[in-house]
Amino acid sequence: MAGSTPASLSADAVVAQATSASRPRKPVSPAAEAWRRFRKHRLAVVSLGILGFFVFAIVAGPFLWRVPINDVDFAAQTAWPSWTHPLGTDDLGQDLLARLIYGGRVSLAVGLAAMMVSVFVGVVVGAIAGMASGWVDAVLMWVTDLFLSLPQLPLLLMVIYLFRDALKAAFGVEGGVFIMIVLVIGGLRWMPNARLVRAQFLSLREKEFVEAARALGASRLRLVVRHILPNALGPVIVAGTIDVAAAIIAESTLSFLGLGFPPDIPTWGRVLFDAKDYLDIAPYWALFPGACIFFAVLSINFIGDGLRDTLDPRRVL
Amino acid sequence: MSPTYVLRRLLLSIPSLLGISVVLFTVLAMAPGDPFGDIVMNPNVPASVAAALRAKFGLDDPIYIRYLHWLAAMVQGDWGFSFQSRIDVDTLILQRLPTTLIVIGASQVVAMLVAIPVGVLAAAKPYSLFDQVANTLAFVGFSLPTFFTGLLLILIFSVQLGWLPFVYRTDLNTHGLAYLADEIKQSIMPVMVLGLFQGASLVRFVRSSVMDVVKLDYVTTARSKGIGRSRVLLRHVVRNAMIPVVTLIALQMPIVFGGAIVTEQIFRIPGIGSLLITAILANDTPVVMAVTFVFACLVVLFNLIADILYGWLDPRIAFR
Repeated sequence: MAGSTPASLSADAVVAQATSASRPRKPVSPAAEAWRRFRKHRLAVVSLGILGFFVFAIVAGPFLWRVPINDVDFAAQTAWPSWTHPLGTDDLGQDLLARLIYGGRVSLAVGLAAMMVSVFVGVVVGAIAGMASGWVDAVLMWVTDLFLSLPQLPLLLMVIYLFRDALKAAFGVEGGVFIMIVLVIGGLRWMPNARLVRAQFLSLREKEFVEAARALGASRLRLVVRHILPNALGPVIVAGTIDVAAAIIAESTLSFLGLGFPPDIPTWGRVLFDAKDYLDIAPYWALFPGACIFFAVLSINFIGDGLRDTLDPRRVL
Repeated sequence: MSPTYVLRRLLLSIPSLLGISVVLFTVLAMAPGDPFGDIVMNPNVPASVAAALRAKFGLDDPIYIRYLHWLAAMVQGDWGFSFQSRIDVDTLILQRLPTTLIVIGASQVVAMLVAIPVGVLAAAKPYSLFDQVANTLAFVGFSLPTFFTGLLLILIFSVQLGWLPFVYRTDLNTHGLAYLADEIKQSIMPVMVLGLFQGASLVRFVRSSVMDVVKLDYVTTARSKGIGRSRVLLRHVVRNAMIPVVTLIALQMPIVFGGAIVTEQIFRIPGIGSLLITAILANDTPVVMAVTFVFACLVVLFNLIADILYGWLDPRIAFR
C-alpha cells in the first residue's frame, strides 16, 4: 500500500518526527517490551523451550538419526526401547524414533497451515463485517454463528469421506490428504477469529487516529491495512496460537480414527492408532506418540497464554 | 419467564436448522461420485434406461429442487435405508442415540461437579497456590487429547490393574444390583475421559466469571451488611456467575460431540458416534448424512436449552 496516497506518507513522517522529538529517554522497541512481559510467564518460557526442542528435532532429526521410517525388520518386532531403537519398534519392526520425527513434521505443518487458513478467513470475514456494518455485517455474522453451531468433527469426517478419493486423484496421496485436512480444519475454525477481528474493528474504526488518517485522505483499503489491522492483530495472534494446538489435536484425532493420513505417513495420531491394539504387549508404542502430541499441544497452549499476557493485557481470561 | 420468550427462541432455531441443512446438502451435492455411476458403466444397461432412471430419481433437476425434495424427505422421517445394516436409518439411529445421550449427559455432570467447585475456590483466592495449581492442571487437562487419555486409562485400569473392562457391552447377562454395578463399571472410564476434558476447559471460564461478579456493587453491599465471606460467595456470587457458564457449556457442545465420537470408538460403545465411523468405513452414505444431521440438530437443541435456561437464570434477558 506504500505510496498510494502521498498525503498520508508525509503525515506518517511528521508523526514519526514528533514522537522521536517528544521522547527524550531511550526508546524501547516494541519487540523488547513484548519479550519483557512474556518472560514473566514462567511456564510460557519453559514451553517455548520445549517447542523449540520439538522444532529442532523435526528439522535436524532426520540428519542426526539416519534410520529410514519404513525399514521393516521382523527380527525386531515390537522391541522395547534399547540403544539400537531408542523408542522401540512397532509390529513390523520399524523404528519409532524415526517415525515420530517424520510424523512431527507432518503434524506441526498441518497445525501451522490450518492456523493460517483459519486466521486468513477469519480476518477477511471479520474485517469486511466490521468495516461494512449494515446488512453485510448482519449476514456475515449470521453465517459465522451458523458455522459455530455446526458439529465440527462429524462434519470433518463427512467431508473427508466424500472428497477423499477425488483429492487423492488430483494431488497424489500425501499432497491430497494434506490439502484436504488443512482446508477442512482451517475452514471450520475461523469463526472465533472473525468475531474477534470484527469486535476490534468496530471499536478501532471510531478512534481518533483512524479519523485523522481518513481526514488526510487515506483510502478505505489503506485505512484497513495500514491503520486498523495492525492494531487489531494482538488478540488474533493469541487466538492463532491456540488454533495451531487445536489443529494438531484435530489432525491426530482424524488419524487416530483411521480417517486421516494413510498408514505409510506416520503422523503422531496415526502411530497411536496403529499402537492401540498392542497396549498389553507394547505400551511404550502408544505412550511415546501420545506424549509427543500432549507436550506439543500443552506448550503451544502455554505460549498462547503467555502471548495473551503480552499482547492483550486487558483481558482476564 | 414468559411462554412468548420460549416460543420466540423456538422459532429462532428454525433458520439455523435450515442453514445447517443447506450446508450439509451443499457438501453432499458438491462431492464427486454419482449414485448411478455403476449403472452408467454397466454395458448391459442401455443409455436410455440409465437416463430414464436419472430422470425418475430427479438427479437431473436443478439443485434447489433436489434440496427441497431431500428436505421434505428428512422432515417426514424418511431418512433412507442403511446399505450396511439392512434396516431403516431412523430406526438404526434411534437404537443408538440413548447410549450416546447417557454418556454425554453423565460426562457433563462430571464436568460441572469438577469445574464449578474448583473454579469458585480458585476465584475466591486468586493467584494463590491453589489457583496456580488448578490453572496448570486445567491446561494439562485440555491439552491431553481424549483419545490419549482413553488409551492411558485402559492401559492403567484394564491392562495393568485389571479392575475395569475396556469393552462396553450391551449384552450383560446379570440382573438387579449386579447389573447396575457392571453398568457403572463399564461406563466409568468413558464418562471420566469426556467429563475431565470438558471440566478442564470449564474451570477457567468459571473462575473468570466468578471474578467478574465479585467486583460488582451488590456483593460489596452484601458483605457490608455483615454476611460472611463464604455465604456471600455461595448464595450471592455463584448464582449470577453461572449465567455465562451456561452459554459456554452450550457453545462447547460441538467439541463435546467430537470427544464423544472418539471415546465411543476407543471403548467400543454402540452409540451414534461409533455408528458414524463404521458407516464411513463401510461407505454407507445415508447413515453418514443422517448421523451428521442428528449431531447438528443436537447442537441446535442444546443452544435452545441454554437460551431458555438463560432466560430463567437472568429474568432481565427474557423481557428484552
